[in-house]
Amino acid sequence: MTELLRYIGDGAGVPDREVPDGLAEKDLIELYRWLVLLRTFDERAVALQRQGRIGTYALYWGEEGTQAGALYACEERDWVFPSYRQNAIGILRGVAPSTVLAWWRGYGGGHGFYNPRDHRVGPICVPIATHLPHATGLSWAAKIRGDDVASLSWFGDGATSEGDFHEAMNFAAVFKVATVFFCVNNQWAISTPISKQMATATVVEKAAAYGMNGIRVDGFDPIACWKATKDALDRGRNGEGPTLIEAYCYRLKPHGTADDPNLYRDESETAKWLPHEPIGRTSAFLKRLGVLDDDKERAIGDEAKQTIAQAVVEMEAIDQPGREILFEGTYATGMPWTFEEGLRELEEVDRPPEVKPLGPQPGPSTGDHAEPKPGDPS
Amino acid sequence: MVEALNKALHQAMEADDRVVLLGQDIAQTGGVFRVTAGLLDSFGETRVVDTPLAEAGIVGCAIGMAVYGLLPVVEIQFDVFVYPGFEQIVVHAARYAWRTKGELPASIVIRIPFGGGVRAPELHSDSPEALFCHVPGLRVVCPTTPQDARDMMLAAIEHPDPVVFMEPKRIYRAGRKEVTDDPPFPLGQANGAPEKILSTARIARDGNDLAIVTYGPTVPLSIQAADRLAHERGIEARVVDLRSLYPIDVGAVTKAASECGRALVVHEAPRTAGLGAEVSSLIHERVMLDLEAPVGRVTGYDAPFPQFANEDDYLPSVDRITAGANKVLDF
Repeated sequence: MTELLRYIGDGAGVPDREVPDGLAEKDLIELYRWLVLLRTFDERAVALQRQGRIGTYALYWGEEGTQAGALYACEERDWVFPSYRQNAIGILRGVAPSTVLAWWRGYGGGHGFYNPRDHRVGPICVPIATHLPHATGLSWAAKIRGDDVASLSWFGDGATSEGDFHEAMNFAAVFKVATVFFCVNNQWAISTPISKQMATATVVEKAAAYGMNGIRVDGFDPIACWKATKDALDRGRNGEGPTLIEAYCYRLKPHGTADDPNLYRDESETAKWLPHEPIGRTSAFLKRLGVLDDDKERAIGDEAKQTIAQAVVEMEAIDQPGREILFEGTYATGMPWTFEEGLRELEEVDRPPEVKPLGPQPGPSTGDHAEPKPGDPS
Repeated sequence: MVEALNKALHQAMEADDRVVLLGQDIAQTGGVFRVTAGLLDSFGETRVVDTPLAEAGIVGCAIGMAVYGLLPVVEIQFDVFVYPGFEQIVVHAARYAWRTKGELPASIVIRIPFGGGVRAPELHSDSPEALFCHVPGLRVVCPTTPQDARDMMLAAIEHPDPVVFMEPKRIYRAGRKEVTDDPPFPLGQANGAPEKILSTARIARDGNDLAIVTYGPTVPLSIQAADRLAHERGIEARVVDLRSLYPIDVGAVTKAASECGRALVVHEAPRTAGLGAEVSSLIHERVMLDLEAPVGRVTGYDAPFPQFANEDDYLPSVDRITAGANKVLDF
């Protein structure tokens, strides 16, 4: 099996590797801040779901390193395309955390959506692997325009079974597009283990079939995720085409708040993976380096808690959107007459048109319908 | 029509270097119907791209390009081949504007040669337009004349919303007609002109006794049927060429039905839940009391499009349209 790229050891038998070039102390702290913010959002979102304040929520607890590490390797001008598992990645690019929470609360329009161009972050993609061709197309377009803009998409091991994965990878390789396919192999697609998803031993070996570079990293190691992505982007910018990154890890939590892993997997196996989770591991690593101490760690944690608490307040301050939101934004050119008709129908719910009797009613009046007034035509 | 479409693509690409073409066999060979012939020579392989054989990839990449700011025009080789790209069209192209507060529509044009009557092998003759009309967020159009083909293609490219552009392959080469050189609006500064061009029906033949509402390949057949009715019965039928399949120009349709008092809808696609059902409903809901007879339908059947030895049995013909019209007239 391909060796895993790893920088962070376990403080015992597995040694730390030297921090790769390009990550200064301030970068390590900033990256750690990102990890903690993502973790705090995720934990708060689960609590909000349990309290009925948002709807069903898809957790990413334990996968923060695959998200923050990869994003930190991108330039501001590069685009990233998340799946729902990276639903909060936008908050690291200026999307209001309250917007993402509002999305999970079932709000649309300006409450739950953002303009991807403002942040170079694609919309949260719900159908599996369908955002991969967008990432390919986007950096292909940049190449056509002569712009130095790359792209990156995240997806899971299950997504590699989809046709869109294949088509996006193939197009990117054929047209030598600067894009990174970042596969978070957490070994579970809801209840389907990776052994039922593919017959290959790894995800990364699929890269060879497309004629592209591939690298396998420890998905619980944010530094390794950063390094692999950085190298992949550098190659892409040099005209060497796309890269497939397999971030090997384990889904430490349920697929979503409506999922019960006890139905399909042995949670004692999950417990074995738990010590690898990236926040505690990165914190310990940074402390071994002398970059982080307890005070700094507490301050970063407090800051994240405050940010997300504020976001919850903002999310709950949003009024239930009005019914007109049904039609908003569907067409950039405004509303076709069918929408105007729909709005009129909605108004009639409040102000129903006068009901006329269909004709003379047989039998005595039940009193349920209006008696004809004198002078009414019958 | 092929040359008119080619002209439109040429003009659009010349006017705006953000316009790119993606499709199978469109560059070197100019497309299986030659709609894109010569464009590779004029604009080069970065803007006229022979892609791998993968419709989800083609449509999906086009969406990504549009997100970046390009204006991709995608060719689907034949009607049925659009289905691998259907998900990308339905869940992404159609919803990108909605999902981005209306600020970032997937401005792509998806060209689909469709319909039968060209003696093609299995699965080269379908009429899937109703599937797209059922998807909120898409514009669906179908030109019938070369002039409309040119003008509507320019409008579709300039229109910010995603446009499914149905091209009736049976009349791709149905006689030559001159097409004006001047674009229907100043390219690059449209001012709402594309919206108007893509949302209005056309009166293809005047008359006041029967409204025949149709689009695409059955427009010329409906005109022939109308001429026959005039000759045989002294009936003057008005033929309404919808041009826009979503949204339907409901004003033109109900006006024709109301003024004529009788209406017939004609299309090649299967009947159930087809455009005919929608047009019939619109007429009945709005102007039923002006009608002398229920709205009739002449359509393809709710059966798979046949092997071509029997396609004339399946397709609406002048005979079938005339018979359908007579039923409505003699109700």
